[in-house]
Amino acid sequence: MSTHSVTQGLEERSHSRGLALRPLALAVLGPLTALAGLVWAVVQPYRVTLLHPDGQGFWWLVVEPPLLVIVAGLAFHYLVARPLIDDLEENSSAEGLPKPHLGKP
Amino acid sequence: MQPPAEHVHWMFATGFLLLGLFLLSEAIVGQEVWRRRPWRPYLWPSFAFGMGVLMWPVMTFFTNSTIHMVAHGAWAQVMMFAGAAELGLAKGKLRNPLWRLAIPFAFLVSGLAFLLHEQNPWFFQRSSFLHHFLGWLMVIGVVFPLARAWRPRWVVANAGFAMVFVVLAVALYCDRDLAPIFGHLSTLAGTPHR
Repeated sequence: MSTHSVTQGLEERSHSRGLALRPLALAVLGPLTALAGLVWAVVQPYRVTLLHPDGQGFWWLVVEPPLLVIVAGLAFHYLVARPLIDDLEENSSAEGLPKPHLGKP
Repeated sequence: MQPPAEHVHWMFATGFLLLGLFLLSEAIVGQEVWRRRPWRPYLWPSFAFGMGVLMWPVMTFFTNSTIHMVAHGAWAQVMMFAGAAELGLAKGKLRNPLWRLAIPFAFLVSGLAFLLHEQNPWFFQRSSFLHHFLGWLMVIGVVFPLARAWRPRWVVANAGFAMVFVVLAVALYCDRDLAPIFGHLSTLAGTPHR
């Protein structure tokens, strides 16, 4: 066996592993963002005005940074990441690569 | 009914966070998969353009000095310009690759506008510190859109470009009317509200 075929095999394996990680990275991006917002709300509860709403005006009740981060993470996950994972799986099938089976039961 | 200035920063922070997530996901999957749905290539350029449009009311209603008005106006213009250039490239109407330099140009103008309009050197005061931080972030971060203009498919350049927006969002979320930075607040800054 030549060294060329060995390195080629290793390259192909690492390339396909890299491709397999892409749907996973996409799948966790939104939930991780939402989790960051949740952790922020726990660490700095005084920035969540809903926890002490008495006497607060409209903007203080609507624009709350930790909640905005959670909403942004979830919106990204459901509206952008999930369709993108579907497309990635379809693309993998079209190229004859193993399907990653992420995003769908 | 006008929101306090810090709330406007937080709303724009959310916009930049989404922009960063869109770009990061494009960097992860690559342009071929990203373009599989016809609306997707227009997603982040139109988002950037829309944020530029929304910057005009900020310029109009949050003008506490001429230099603030000029800075907000400059941001509005370069965001719209960069968003429109990327929309043109995505549609195929613009073919000259030099249009890719619109984003680095917007970064540079935005960074300089941050640095020039925040002339207060109070680094112990959060909003002042953050304006300097944001200015240097954009000026130094211009290497990523420049690299992306040179090699559009380079993952490092695309991911770095996206991460600049995520860091920008974090910095804008940290912006508050009056708050200490690194646990220290000079008595010169006044009393924090919260």
